[in-house]
Amino acid sequence: MSALALALLLVQVQGAAATAPVIVGSKPFGESYLLAEIFAQLLEARGIAVDRRPGLGATEIAFGALRSGAADVYPEYTGTGLLAILGRRPPADPRAVYGEVSREFRARWGMRWLPPLGFENTYAIAVRRQTAESLGLATLSDLARVGPRLRAGLTPDFIGRADGLPGLRSAYGLRFAEVRALLPAVKYQALAAGEVDVIDGYSTDGFIARYDLAVLRDDRSFFPPYQAAALVGRRLSEERPDAVAALTELSGRLDEATMRRLNQRLEVDGAAVAAVAGDALRGLGLLDSVSARVGDQERARGGLWAYLWNRRGYLAALTGRHVLLVLVSLGAAVMVALPLGLLLERRRGSAETVIRMAGVLQTLPSIALLAFMIPLLGIGVVPALVALFLYSIYPILRNTYSGVRDAAPDAVAAGWALGMTPGQVLRWVRLPLAAPVIMAGIRTAAVINVGTATLAAFIGAGGLGDPIAAGLALSDSRMILSGALPAALLALAVDGVLGWIERAVGR
Amino acid sequence: MLALQAIDVSRRFGAVTALERVSLEVVRGECVALIGESGSGKTTLLRCFNRLTIPDAGRVLVEGADVSAVNPFELRRSIGYVPQDGGLLPHWRVRRNVALVPWLRGARDDRERADRALALVGMDPSEYGERWPRELSGGQRQRVAVARALAPRPDVVLLDEPFGALDAITRADLQSTFLAVRRELGFTAMLVTHDIAEAFLLADRIAVLRAGRVEQVGPADELREAPATPYVAELLRRARVAS
Repeated sequence: MSALALALLLVQVQGAAATAPVIVGSKPFGESYLLAEIFAQLLEARGIAVDRRPGLGATEIAFGALRSGAADVYPEYTGTGLLAILGRRPPADPRAVYGEVSREFRARWGMRWLPPLGFENTYAIAVRRQTAESLGLATLSDLARVGPRLRAGLTPDFIGRADGLPGLRSAYGLRFAEVRALLPAVKYQALAAGEVDVIDGYSTDGFIARYDLAVLRDDRSFFPPYQAAALVGRRLSEERPDAVAALTELSGRLDEATMRRLNQRLEVDGAAVAAVAGDALRGLGLLDSVSARVGDQERARGGLWAYLWNRRGYLAALTGRHVLLVLVSLGAAVMVALPLGLLLERRRGSAETVIRMAGVLQTLPSIALLAFMIPLLGIGVVPALVALFLYSIYPILRNTYSGVRDAAPDAVAAGWALGMTPGQVLRWVRLPLAAPVIMAGIRTAAVINVGTATLAAFIGAGGLGDPIAAGLALSDSRMILSGALPAALLALAVDGVLGWIERAVGR
Repeated sequence: MLALQAIDVSRRFGAVTALERVSLEVVRGECVALIGESGSGKTTLLRCFNRLTIPDAGRVLVEGADVSAVNPFELRRSIGYVPQDGGLLPHWRVRRNVALVPWLRGARDDRERADRALALVGMDPSEYGERWPRELSGGQRQRVAVARALAPRPDVVLLDEPFGALDAITRADLQSTFLAVRRELGFTAMLVTHDIAEAFLLADRIAVLRAGRVEQVGPADELREAPATPYVAELLRRARVAS
């Protein structure tokens, strides 16, 4: 636990720096990454230091980060603010929606919606061009007629949200033959391959043009207006008028056609986020070419190994952060679960109850656990450490308890019969004989921990999850592998090192 | 002078009566064997003497002292104990295993005591001292277990079916070793066995237990010539030593 306390302290020291950089967050999908990078480069061009925290989980996590002060600004959509955050049914008029979120966010949390960027990114229900032509589909009302003959592939988010499928059902009477939950990264391929007939997308998606899809018109104006805007937290809006002014330069400058073109370059052509953002700002005349930040190379060039080699410094830093997350959380878990397992062996009546509680902890979905942490601990390293710590407890606790309980009963009985005290039986008989089982528990926890730590990227803790989250958002398999491969190697290495320690100690 | 004494000892495990008002006396230097079927209570009675089992009623005395009044760990360290399976600590070498009780009692010369005890049971300490228990045969392990019980030179040794799991030849070897060692050291012994021939060979007196009660206690000849109950007669007849 002392290591945890140390990490907490480090974070506080960092937070107390005099002119803190502006923390720019984003949600984990392409357009959000791009807008955040545009914010960041614009701020830097105006001489304002920036700390990038892209790919924050989903709405709850990104908004939670803003509310707790762990982020200062991220791109958000007015419809989402009203519906998902305030829980209200939005009016159809975009200006009314913007007015309402502006009032409410300021009154409740001191946050500020800067004037919208100029485009709407609403849900778009899309079918293959050929499907639209053969069935004569132009609107969602048309789709409702033939829905029962079609298969839908929708993001889990959309299936559950009030402004998603449930709302569409009541507004249009829409029914499908089958609804499959698909992640954004695969739904376009699934549609193009004919695995599904209908998908949900975003109106500014680059893939809509790439796959030549037909977007069906929302003829009953069911989808609320989703105007994109910079959502600014209390600290920034009160203390940094310079940053607010810089960000406001973007208001009304990005129209839908521009945004679709930028998204296409990013998601379809595979250009680097930083390069697309820089070009966009230069195109708007907000960034002169002299001050242009040196962008990354286009992502599409070269093979996987060249790609990994070119990014070796960055990947090494991420690996270092990853190792830190794993070692600190695992060390704390060993320090708690090992003594607890020994204690439970002496109080067997309550053992199963306690171990099952730790097991329940294990079954909590990681993203849910991380989201629960935000109101308590904000975003970044600390909540990630706590979550990883909690996940590591069960395997260590379970193995310590059963290993010590079941250790060579003959030898334990002999120890008692020859006059060992309970402490001596534990120290000299049970523990050494249980050591391989306990180490197996620690190794299990370590390997799980390395894998789970990749999810820490969704709450801004860094590590090898960063390229995985970004790669998923941008449908870039090479970027995903650049995080996943080192993570897999790290899991093997950690397991190997612990195995070596086990053999060294067992001698 | 009595070394071991049980007075009206009773012990139940749930609905099962393991011991029912059992009384037994063992004088110093004597070896008494407890025989009977599984579940007759012989192991339970043995374990009362080093407080591994606590009676529900009755008193248990070792060297005149009530075992419930002494520190149980000191008591057990003062009494040798040989379990059926040897019970060697698999992660300790032979010498360390044998030195266990002297080490627990803080003896500085625990290693030397271990080596002397190993030599006593016919195990060359220089050859076997640094071996692991898994590198020994079953008979050798049992010899080491006997050496471990003897290393602190106890006045009393309890043996719970010590040679029961061994083949006939190895068992005979160990039995003669036991006789020789006891002749040399003269300790008091209580031996649980289901082998009547072994009881006749090793013990001065034999206690026959049945369903938690003592049927008869006496020297081998007395049991043979005047069985106290039909059960004792039947037991001896079956063991083909009755005549």
